[in-house]
Amino acid sequence: MGHVFTPQSESEAADVIRGLTAPVSIRGSSTRSGFGRHVEADDVLSTRGLDGIVFYEPAEMMMSVHAGTPVSLVEQTLEEKGQMLPFEPGDHRRLYGTNGEPTFGAVAAANISGPRRIQAGAARDSIVGLRFVNGRGEIIKSGGRVMKNVTGLDLVKLYCGSYGSLGILTEITFKVLPRPERVWTLVLDGLGDSEAIKALTAAMGSPFEISGAAHLPAHGGAPSRTLLRLEGMAASVRDRMTALQTFLADPAPSRVVDGEETISLWRDVRDGAFVAMPSGNAVWRVSVKPTDGPTLIAALSNAPPERYLFDWSGGLVWLSMPITGDAGAAAIRAALTGLGGHATLIRAPDDIRRSVDVFQPLPEALMKIAAGLKHSSDPRRLFNPGIMYPGI
Amino acid sequence: MSAIAFPPVDAAIVARRPEIIAGLAKLVEPAGLITSEAELRAYETDGLTAYRRMPLAVVLPATTEEVSRVMAFCHANGVKVVPRGAGTSLAGGAIAHEDAIIIGISRMSRVIEIDYPNRCMRVEAGITNLAITAAVSPDGFFYAPDPSSQLACTIAGNIGMNSGGAHCLKYGVTTNNLLGVKLVLIDGTVVEIGGGALDSAGLDLLGLIVGSEGQLGVVTEATVRIIRTPEAVQPVLFGFDTSEDAGRCVAAIIESGIIPVAIEFMDKPAIEICEAYAKAGYPLDVGALLIVEVEGLPTDIAAQLAKIVEIARLHDVRVVRESQSAMEAALIWKGRKSAFGATGRIADYICMDGTVPTSQLSYVLKRTGEIVESYGLRVANVFHAGDGNMHPLIMYDINDPDEQRKAEDAGNDILRLCVEVGGCLTGEHGVGIEKRDLMHHQFSEADLAQQMRIRAVFDRGWLLNPAKVFPLESRHLETV
Repeated sequence: MGHVFTPQSESEAADVIRGLTAPVSIRGSSTRSGFGRHVEADDVLSTRGLDGIVFYEPAEMMMSVHAGTPVSLVEQTLEEKGQMLPFEPGDHRRLYGTNGEPTFGAVAAANISGPRRIQAGAARDSIVGLRFVNGRGEIIKSGGRVMKNVTGLDLVKLYCGSYGSLGILTEITFKVLPRPERVWTLVLDGLGDSEAIKALTAAMGSPFEISGAAHLPAHGGAPSRTLLRLEGMAASVRDRMTALQTFLADPAPSRVVDGEETISLWRDVRDGAFVAMPSGNAVWRVSVKPTDGPTLIAALSNAPPERYLFDWSGGLVWLSMPITGDAGAAAIRAALTGLGGHATLIRAPDDIRRSVDVFQPLPEALMKIAAGLKHSSDPRRLFNPGIMYPGI
Repeated sequence: MSAIAFPPVDAAIVARRPEIIAGLAKLVEPAGLITSEAELRAYETDGLTAYRRMPLAVVLPATTEEVSRVMAFCHANGVKVVPRGAGTSLAGGAIAHEDAIIIGISRMSRVIEIDYPNRCMRVEAGITNLAITAAVSPDGFFYAPDPSSQLACTIAGNIGMNSGGAHCLKYGVTTNNLLGVKLVLIDGTVVEIGGGALDSAGLDLLGLIVGSEGQLGVVTEATVRIIRTPEAVQPVLFGFDTSEDAGRCVAAIIESGIIPVAIEFMDKPAIEICEAYAKAGYPLDVGALLIVEVEGLPTDIAAQLAKIVEIARLHDVRVVRESQSAMEAALIWKGRKSAFGATGRIADYICMDGTVPTSQLSYVLKRTGEIVESYGLRVANVFHAGDGNMHPLIMYDINDPDEQRKAEDAGNDILRLCVEVGGCLTGEHGVGIEKRDLMHHQFSEADLAQQMRIRAVFDRGWLLNPAKVFPLESRHLETV
C-alpha cells in the first residue's frame, strides 16, 4: 500500500484532492474492501477524519452526518429518540470477515439497503442531501435538508450508488422514521421456492404493510422458512397479523416470532449471513422481478449455487457459488438474458474479481453515458478507478 | 414586460422553417405534425401563462420510433427540442421558443402491462397521472404521487419535474415510485433504464433522469410502482387560532412517531376563498386549518386518530371535525382540492413552491405575509405541511404589468427566504424558466458548473429544453 491521506475536514479533503498526482482508493473503515473490481490505485484516501453528526432534528425526522461517522453511532443516536434508519443498511463484516466500524459514507456511496427496502425504499430514497468533493477539488452540494426538492439535477441519486467513482462524499443528509413499537414476523415452514415467492408477492399486494419478505430455502436438513415482517403500533401489528394469516389462508404451518428472535432473524437476512459461509465461496446479489427469483434458481440447475436465499419478496437473490472457473458469472448472466435484472459479484478472491465482470455489463449507449459522467466529475480518473467498469 | 429572458432566437433556424417542417413531415404521420399558427397557439404557453412563445412546430409522435427519428433529425439539423406532456407546468417548463420544436407525447397514453405480483405497471409516458391509478383501482391498487393537476398532467411531466402531491409524506415523490424508463437521447438513441427489478444496473441514471426537466432526453415509457389501496382512509379537520399553533401541531404530530399519509395546511385567506367556492363547511372563525389523513385497518385508524386529536388538543385546537362517512371525508378534501381553481376565480395568481424545514414553517408563513403585503398584494397559503412544501398563492392582475412585476418580485423574495432558512427553491414544480435566475441563491458557481457538465454528457449542444433551469449568464461555467 502506498500513502494514506486522512483529511480532517471537507476543505482539507479538497486541498488533498487538488494536490493528488496519482489515483486513490477511497476508504471508510475497509469493512467491505473485498467489494468491486480491482481498483487501480496504490494510495488511499480515508474518510475517517470526517467524523461526527452535523445535526439531528427529531421533529423534522432529519439527520446529517459527516461521511466517516460510524453507522453504529447514527443508529444509537436515533434509537435514543425513538427513531431509526428507514432503509436498514447491512453490516457486511460477517460476509467479508472484516473488523472495524462501518461508516455512513460507504452506506451512501454503495446505496446499501436491507429488507425494509420493499416498503421504505433504498438508501438513495431516504438520502435528500449530499456534499462531496469532485475530481477538480471543488466542494459541491446537491439537494438539501427537505424531503421534496427538485431544484436542479438530482445529483444525490447519481452519487449514491456510484461507489466512490465520481467524488468523495463528505456530508450526507437523510430522512429517518419512527421506530416501531412492535415487530412481529410470520414464519411459514416448509414451502418450496415457487410456493414461497407466491405467498410473499401475494402478501406484498395486500394492504397489511409488510416491511420484510424473505425466503430461506431448506438447507442441511433444516426445513425452509418463509418470513413476513409487520412493524408499527402494537395494536396495529396484532390486527394486521391476524388479517394477514387469514389472507394467506394457511399455505403452510406457521408461527409468529417476536422479540430478539425476530430481530436477529432479519439482521441475518440483512447482512447476508446465510451465504457468508463457506467463506471461500463467491457471493452474488441478483436483482430481478420478484416472481423471477425462483426462475433464476431453476435456470442455474447446471451450475447450482451451494446456498441461496430470497429477500425483497423474491426480487433480491443472494447466491453462494463455488469459485471454480468464473464463479458462475456466465451461467448467472445467461439466465438473466431472458428475465431482465442484473447480477453483482459482491465477494470473490482477487483473481476472479480481476477476470469477470463484477457489475452487470451495460449496453453500449449506457456505457458511454457512464464514461461521460465519470469524466464530468472526475476528469483525471483519481477516484476508485476501475471499481465498477474498466476505464471508468 | 417579460422579466424572464429567453436565449436569443437562432435566426438561421427560423429562416429554415419551411425546410425543417418538410423534413419533419417525412418522419411522422400527418396527424402528428402541427404547423399552422392557429393550432400552434395552443402550445405557446403552459401553466405559467404570463409567458408565451410560439414554437417553430409541434410534433405529436405516436411511437418511440417516431420520437427517435425526430430527435435524430433535430440533432443533425441543430434544431432545439422542448419536450411536453400535458403542458400543466407552473414553472414554464414546457414553454418553447421560435427556433425550437415541441415534442408532445400526449398521444402516447396506453397502458402496456399491469403486473400485480410484482406490484408494477408499464405505461406509455403520455398517460395522465390519474389514468394510471384508474387502470388498477378496480383491482384495489393505486399509483401514489398525486399532484393537484393529476387529472391532466402526464407521467412524463411528473418524471421531468419529480412531482409530489398531498400523499408523499408517506409514499414519497415520483423518484421513489419509478422503477424504469425508456428514454430517447438527443441523437435518437433509445435506451432502457431499469424495469421490474428494484434497482437498475450501473450508476443510478434513473435517479438522475427524474427531475431533470426534459434536458437529458425524452421519456416515452415508464415502469411505475403500484401499491395496494389501504382498507380505509380517514381525514380529520382541525381549526386553530393562528398559523403558529397549526405549525407547532404539525411538528408535534411528526415527532410523536405517527406518519399520517397527508398533512395539509390552509391559512385564513385560503379558507375563505375555498369555502366561498366549495361550500365544504370549513370554519370561518379560525386563523388556520389542518387536514390530517390517516389510513390502515379500521381499528388502526381509530387508534391513530385518537392520538392525533390528543396532540391537537395539547396545541390549542379550536375546531375538531372527524369525518363520520365517506361523504364527509370527501367534503373535507373538496375545499382543499379546489384551492387553486377557487383562487383563480377571484384573481390571477402565481403559485410558489419553496420547501422549508418543518421547524421553520411558522416563521416563513409570517414573513411571507409581510413580504407580500410590502408589495401591496394579497397572498393565500395552502400547502403540504408535513413535508414543508409551501405554496403561497400571490394574487395580482395579469393585465397590469406593474402588478405582475411586483408579484414576481414578491415571489422571488419568498424563495430567497426559503433558501435562507435551509430549504430550497422548488419542492415539486421544478425550476423551468420561472426560478432559473434564482438558482444562484441556492447553488454556488461550482455546484451549477458540475450540474451543467453532467447535463452536457447527454446534450453537449444545449438542444434539449435549453432555456430552462440554468441561469443564462452561468452557462459558460460548464466549460471552465
